[in-house]
Amino acid sequence: MDSRPEIARAAAEAAARQSYGKLVAWLAAHARDVAAAEDALADAFAAALERWPKSGVPEKPEAWLLAVARRRRVDAVRRRLTREAARDHLQLIAEEMEARMTDEELPDERLRLMFACAHPAIEPGVRAPLILQTVLGFDAATIASAFLVSPATMGQRLVRAKARIRETGIPFRVPERAELGERLDAVLEAIYAAFAEGWSDPAGTETRRRNLATEGIWLGRLVATLMPQEPEALGLLALMLFAEARRTARRSAEGDFVPLAEQDCDLWDRTLIDEAEALLSHAAANGVVGRYQLEAAVQSAHAARRLTGRTDWPAIRALYDALFSIVGSPVVAINRAVALAETEGAMAGLAALYVLGDDKRLDEYQPYWAARAGLLAKLGQVPQASEAYDRAIGLERDPAVRRFLQGKRAALRN
Amino acid sequence: MRYMLMINNDESALAAMPIEKTQQMSAAYSAYTEALKKSGAWLAGERLRPTQATTSVRIADGKTNVIDGPYADTKEQLAGFYMIEAADIDTAIEWAARCPAASTGTVELRPIWEMVDYLPKT
Repeated sequence: MDSRPEIARAAAEAAARQSYGKLVAWLAAHARDVAAAEDALADAFAAALERWPKSGVPEKPEAWLLAVARRRRVDAVRRRLTREAARDHLQLIAEEMEARMTDEELPDERLRLMFACAHPAIEPGVRAPLILQTVLGFDAATIASAFLVSPATMGQRLVRAKARIRETGIPFRVPERAELGERLDAVLEAIYAAFAEGWSDPAGTETRRRNLATEGIWLGRLVATLMPQEPEALGLLALMLFAEARRTARRSAEGDFVPLAEQDCDLWDRTLIDEAEALLSHAAANGVVGRYQLEAAVQSAHAARRLTGRTDWPAIRALYDALFSIVGSPVVAINRAVALAETEGAMAGLAALYVLGDDKRLDEYQPYWAARAGLLAKLGQVPQASEAYDRAIGLERDPAVRRFLQGKRAALRN
Repeated sequence: MRYMLMINNDESALAAMPIEKTQQMSAAYSAYTEALKKSGAWLAGERLRPTQATTSVRIADGKTNVIDGPYADTKEQLAGFYMIEAADIDTAIEWAARCPAASTGTVELRPIWEMVDYLPKT
């Protein structure tokens, strides 16, 4: 029996996995149109599945796919030209014809694509999903389930964002150094959002979410490789690797939640920690401290427990002080209060938390209530602690963490 | 790409400005227009008379209604526009940020919907 169709299909799938983002990025950057690039590439993959089983897999599948996709684009433009001659489009065709991709290495335009997706003119909430779709080829349903919205809604938002890139004239370029700050932040934020969505499923039972964490790290690596002089890009990658290193330790064999302080250091992935440490010190050598480096430094301080057997809370507190002065978010303030409780006692930590109580956003923020409950419990204020645990339990979406909090609450009675 | 920069300002605040301030602002606009022209980005641009000179027209049931005043009553009013040529939205944003109105009101950027882009694709 001829196994060529299977080989061809496997080759097409491998090409899709390895090259999808690169091919979309190249096509989109040259036509300034993400949707059209995806359509052309989808046609090319369909053509591959049809032809490769008969003619065999080409020597350079990537170049083959790109050539077919480009031909589709040129055809589409030509059809429009019969109605209206346009200087820009003639120029586009000339550019496409000039680019000889077959004998050259495909230039990596993924960073340019990411900067287009994370452009300030794009709605912030759709930047991370857009990057996941265009650079990694995730479908709307997968992204929607990770970001807890309906596939139809996510699909619409993505379509609208892609139309906006084309119609608004959003450029595919890595910004100049002077304007890089805010734009790089948006790219890093989108990557971190993707990772955080994946990280929120520590058990790894939801494949889609676990993929998000892996893909977040992959994108982080890509940016760190392409911009090795950017300390924050390195800081973010370090931060994600520190967190990823603890994945296994976050759950007991029974699937129960294990808080950081009680995790078995032997379960931490040393290779990832070492890589993260190296990235962090490389970033620090560049001199500019930023949010992700500080967060990674906190993780590094926690990770140091594997060597010293104890957690250096004064150092962590100092890092949160610095982080709070840069970010100033209530989330950082909560972590700072917890560190304060470790260094100066539960009362001091609780006082810092109460100061935050006016912020309405915290009413629905689980970590705030969990931290408050923990400190109240330490001070023996059982009724108040119990009430705070109730709030935290009601706000938690992870069953393992919910069970953990319920256990804490039950222990109050004894 | 062609972009339209729509200048929205609180015209009552502008009207209440002392004369030196008004002259300063006019000079700033002249310099800005000059810079646009020198760079080759300028295509058109005009200042509009305030909304007290505005007339809105609409036909309903075959009858022409002429309304004394603007179509929409807003806190800031359309006070003028520029049409520019820019490579992309980033360049257009740079020009919008240099416009004196960006510090006193809002500059709204809209790409021109070129005819080639809305002809049906077949």
